Amino acid sequence: METLLLSGNEAIALGAYEAGVKVGVGYPGTPSTEILENLKEHKDVYTEWSVNEKVALEVGIGASLGGARTLVTMKHVGVNVAADPLFTVSYMGVKGGLVIISADDPFMHSSQNEQDNRNYAYAAKIPMLEPSDSEEARSFTKLAFELSEKYDTPVFLRPTTRVCHAYSIVNVDKNKDKRVEIDKGRFERNLKKYVMIPAYARARHFIVEDRENLIKEDANTLSINKTEYNNTDVGYITSGISYHYVKEAAPDASILKLGMVYPLPEKLIKEFCSKVKKVVIVEELEPFFETRIKAMGISVTGKNVFPITGELSPDSISNFLGKQKETPLTINSKVPPRPPALCKGCPHSFVYETLGKMNITVAGDIGCYTLGVLPPYNGIDTCVDMGGSITVAQGLELTDPSKTYAAIIGDSTFAHSGITGLVNAAYNGRKNLIIILDNGTTAMTGMQPNPFSGETIQSLPAEPVNYYHLCKAVGISDENFIEVNAYKPAEIESAIKKLLATKKLSVLLVKGLCIIYNKKKSKKQ
Amino acid sequence: MKVTNILIVGVGGQGTILASNVVSYAAMNAGLDVKKSEIHGMSQRGGSVFSHVRFGKTVSSPVIPLGEVDVLISLEEMETARWLDYLNKDSKVIILTNRIFPANVTVYPEGIVSEISAKLTNTIAIDPKKYTEKLGNEKFLNIFLLGVLSKFIQIPDDCWNKAIKSLVPEGTFDKNLEAFNAGKNY
Ligand SMILES: Cc1ncc(C[n+]2csc(CCOP(=O)(O)OP(=O)(O)O)c2C)c(N)n1
Repeated sequence: METLLLSGNEAIALGAYEAGVKVGVGYPGTPSTEILENLKEHKDVYTEWSVNEKVALEVGIGASLGGARTLVTMKHVGVNVAADPLFTVSYMGVKGGLVIISADDPFMHSSQNEQDNRNYAYAAKIPMLEPSDSEEARSFTKLAFELSEKYDTPVFLRPTTRVCHAYSIVNVDKNKDKRVEIDKGRFERNLKKYVMIPAYARARHFIVEDRENLIKEDANTLSINKTEYNNTDVGYITSGISYHYVKEAAPDASILKLGMVYPLPEKLIKEFCSKVKKVVIVEELEPFFETRIKAMGISVTGKNVFPITGELSPDSISNFLGKQKETPLTINSKVPPRPPALCKGCPHSFVYETLGKMNITVAGDIGCYTLGVLPPYNGIDTCVDMGGSITVAQGLELTDPSKTYAAIIGDSTFAHSGITGLVNAAYNGRKNLIIILDNGTTAMTGMQPNPFSGETIQSLPAEPVNYYHLCKAVGISDENFIEVNAYKPAEIESAIKKLLATKKLSVLLVKGLCIIYNKKKSKKQ
Repeated sequence: MKVTNILIVGVGGQGTILASNVVSYAAMNAGLDVKKSEIHGMSQRGGSVFSHVRFGKTVSSPVIPLGEVDVLISLEEMETARWLDYLNKDSKVIILTNRIFPANVTVYPEGIVSEISAKLTNTIAIDPKKYTEKLGNEKFLNIFLLGVLSKFIQIPDDCWNKAIKSLVPEGTFDKNLEAFNAGKNY
């Protein structure tokens, strides 16, 4: 037996590997990124960074239909991007097990919203498992593949930041925990299952409803839905990391720990609630369990005492229990905040310095360069979602055509969903100034290669997409495309002035390697 | 057996995470249950860095409850002050009196170490300059602090050594072990 200290993400990669996963695809996004970065170390698994989450899921669907056990990874907001194929693959089902990781981020440690993706499980009728530590991250991943094939459905695994980036003990038995090899055969034509025209999809919808009812029934005896009966004054219903917070603050309470958070095991819940005097639901974010359990006619304590916003902690439960704590230590010295900031010498910073001298509204995007919103730059005016710079700038222009609105976007983000916006701008005759910050990598999420960086996830060479030809193909003239060196502010300034003067759709490509990436690269060589 | 709670804080690039890995591995080598929690991603671009390490017979939450830190190790002076809610009157505090200015801050707050020492008698303030010279490089300060920590918690030496060996960059084990031992003798 080997004892390992693994992060949740390392454990998911291990579980997937042991489950015989053949294909791992995804798009980086905190807190999910390290799953594929660990899986790629196994040479007998195909891994790729896809261009975005929709693409990743579609590649994953193809691989599953071709018989491969397939893992698709993304952060919670990535599921929004992948939502279109998601709802329909639920109807189609799978051939090789298809497991989709939705890594949620309560408290938005590194995100633009804190949506609760359990709602996707409900909306798309896809079962969802929620691990609470690394050992479960590993074993639930394996179980997810089995359930996927057993019920002919994609399966969600929803770890949260405190599971993905927490480390706990995992025991590996080299003899028992070998990789399983599953042979599901290859793609077989099955028009009524795989071609979702209305006539076939209507029939599939009935199958999906039956499937969901069956899974719901089986959930009552599913091993990962567990009851612990102790003191029965209060019974907690909880899942994921919140389970450990409850254990910490109320070690001798009775607990129903839901390993499968959708669909819910109604009989098991009713039985548990009948055995305790008072039911308390501890869940981060939305009242997801609460709403459904109340609908079973059970009265519960939940969001009337716990917040919907942010994450919980052991203290959330202690406070609820009225446990007294020492008054915390305070000192008189005032400590200034230390917010995240662009690194000293970051290539993005020179562009912001230049923009700061001009009176121009800038639609921003998501990446390290979003930090340009903070002082001293205060350099962007909007930030919605990935790719939302180029398009929001177009909308702004519609309302005030006399002005030029700029958009600022990173290389990875441009590949993810900026290109469609660029085509839209050209097609509809906009005159925005689009500034692409190419630092050679996907920096924010920890230096993943992307279609512009000339490298795959395995560090193998790839043909980088050519900005100039891309822009030309869209219809941007030579005069409206300028490439500058990020470290030459004077050139950046004169290029921006030149492009603004044309009053036509323009692209300024600013190239300069991320300094952290550069350091890492030179260390390797 | 009570769970031991170690909180290690600092600023990006100081080796906070490596230090917390070493503590975690040392506890694991001693046959204990271990959990460790930290946050990666956006907040780590030049922001505060922290790592919760908990070990004992069994550990539930990977996050330390407020007021329950046994030892706080801070690699930067003002970072210490952000974590006071986690301390109690018996907590030990080990502060490296490094001063790293946040962006756009020109005046460093004074009196942090003296105020904390006045309230918590178990406070040790260590001047990094003094030990950087002794250890040969500031890179080893984090492991030096773990040497100081090792005096307050019960993990056998061979478990520490094995942890250091498996985690520090190749070729730096001897220097790191030296730093650890210097800390032990502090
Ligand atoms: C839909 C979605 N997927 C993933 C992310 C996570 N994420 C935030 S920024 C970013 C990419 C940033 O890369 P790039 O545009 O190259 O900018 P850089 O950080 O290198 O400056 C990613 C993947 C997200 N916020 N939203």
